[in-house]
Amino acid sequence: MKQITAILDGFGSTWLLLVRSLSYAGTLPRQYRRFFEQCYLIGYTTLPIVAILSFFIGSVLALQAGYSMQNFGTQQFIGSLVGLSMARELGPVMVAILLAGRVGSAITAELASMKVYQEIDALVTMNIPPARMLVLPRLAATLVMVPVLAIIADLVGWFGGAIVAKYTAMISIEPEAYFAVLRRYTHFKDVLNGLIKAELFGFVVVLVCCNIGLNTRGGPREIGASVTRAVVVSLILILVLDYFVTQVLMPLQ
Amino acid sequence: MTCSSTRSPFSQVETPAVGVSIEKLSKDFGRLKVLKEVTFAVEPGEIFVLMGPSGSGKSVLLKHIVGLELPTSGRVTVDGKDAAAEETREQVRMALVFQSGALFNSLSVYDNLALYPREHRVANEAGIREKVMHALQILSLEGTARKSPSELSGGMKKRVAIARALVMEPQLMLYDEPTSELDPVMSATISEIIATVKEDYHVTTIVVSHERELAFGIADRVGILMGGALISLGPAAELRSPQDPRVAEFLNPKIDLQHPRFKNLET
Repeated sequence: MKQITAILDGFGSTWLLLVRSLSYAGTLPRQYRRFFEQCYLIGYTTLPIVAILSFFIGSVLALQAGYSMQNFGTQQFIGSLVGLSMARELGPVMVAILLAGRVGSAITAELASMKVYQEIDALVTMNIPPARMLVLPRLAATLVMVPVLAIIADLVGWFGGAIVAKYTAMISIEPEAYFAVLRRYTHFKDVLNGLIKAELFGFVVVLVCCNIGLNTRGGPREIGASVTRAVVVSLILILVLDYFVTQVLMPLQ
Repeated sequence: MTCSSTRSPFSQVETPAVGVSIEKLSKDFGRLKVLKEVTFAVEPGEIFVLMGPSGSGKSVLLKHIVGLELPTSGRVTVDGKDAAAEETREQVRMALVFQSGALFNSLSVYDNLALYPREHRVANEAGIREKVMHALQILSLEGTARKSPSELSGGMKKRVAIARALVMEPQLMLYDEPTSELDPVMSATISEIIATVKEDYHVTTIVVSHERELAFGIADRVGILMGGALISLGPAAELRSPQDPRVAEFLNPKIDLQHPRFKNLET
C-alpha cells in the first residue's frame, strides 16, 4: 500500500512540477544564461558518449543483420535495416538512456544535495520558486538539445553500419550501395518519428530527475538513493513509453 | 545606534516591521507530536528569542512562520496574513538565516547575496552591486565577495547568511540557531549583529537559540519551548529568577555526577 501511494505521489508531484515550471515560461528570456549553461551540459558534454555509442550500435546492427541476411542472400538491404532501426528506434532510445545516465543522474544529485543542505528551502523563503530557477531552464535546454543529439546519433550510427558493411568479408557492400538503399527506404518521416520520441523521452527523463531530486528528504545517504531511483524510474519510463508511443505514431505514417 | 547615512543603498521607502501571531499551532510528524497547541504573538519591531532544548520543536516552529511547514492544526499569521499561503511570501519580505547558513555552494559569496535582487529585479546591476557591498561591509565581509562558500569558516558562513538576508531588506528576520557551533567570542559577535540589525533596520526579529547569553543580552521577550509546548513566556529579565523548576534547570543546569541525568532520560 505504501509503495502504491509513493508511486501515485510521484506521478502527482511530477505533473505539478511540470505545470509550475511551464507557468514561468515567460521568464525564460531573462534566464538565458542558465539556459545556455544547461544547453552546454545537456547537449555538448553528452555528445561524445552519444557518438561513440551510436557508432557501435550502428556497427553491430550491420554485423548482426549481415550474419542473418547472408542466409537469404539479402545483404544489399542492410542499409535499409540500419537506417530504419537507428532513426525510428535505437537513436532516440539510446539518446534517452544516455541522458538518464549522464545528465539525469547529475541533475538529481545536484538538486537532492541542494534540498538536503536546505538551499532549496532558502530559495523558497527568498520567494524564488525552484521550478522557475532550477527546473525551467533544464527543461527548455532539453527540448532544444535532444533532437540535435538524436540526429547526430542517427548519422553516426548509419556511418558505423556503412563501415562494417564495407570491411566485413561476409557482407562486403560498398558505401555507395549501402547509402543508396538506406536513402530509398528511410524517409524523412521515419527520422521525424524518432525525433518526436527522443524529445518526449528526454523531456520526461529530465522532468522526473528534477522532481525526484527536489523531493529528497534526509541526509547524504538519501542523495545516493535518489540518484539511483531517478535513473531506474527514467529507464523504466523510457522503455514503457517507447512501446506506447511507437504504437500511437505507427498509424500516423 | 542609528545608521541612516549608510542606509542609502537600500530602498528609501521605510517598510514597516510586521507582527507574527501563532494560534494553537500543532504539528504532527506521523505519530510524533512535535508542537502542541503553541500560542504566542511577536510584536512588530521586537526581538523575540525562542529557547528550548534540542528536539523541542523550535526549528519546526520557525519553519511554520516562513511557510516551509504546514500546520497540522492551528494558524500562523504574519502581518495578519496566513503564513502557509504562497502569496504571503510575495507580500511580506521574510528572511530566514538557516542554522547551516544554506548558502548556495555553486555561487560565490557575491552572487549568493546578489541572487535575491537579481531574481526580483529590484535594481540594475550597479544598484545591486552597491546593495551587496553595503551588506558585506556592515558585517565586515568585504574581503570574501569573490570566495566560494566552501572556503569560509563557520562564523563567516553565518555572517554571510545574515548579509544575504539583509540584502532582502526584510520586514521579518528569523534566525535558526545563529550561534550554534561557534566559539564564545563569535557567539557574542553574532548577538551584537542581530541587535544592531534590528536597531538599524527596525525589523521584527525572532531568534531560535538555546544560548542563555544571547537571550539575556538582546531579547525583549523570551519564550521557552519544551516537549512541543510553550512553558514560559515573558520579558528576558524575568528569567533571571525563574519560578518553574524546568526553566530553572534548563537555564542553569548543574553537573551532578552522583545522579546523572542521562540515566533518567525517557527513550
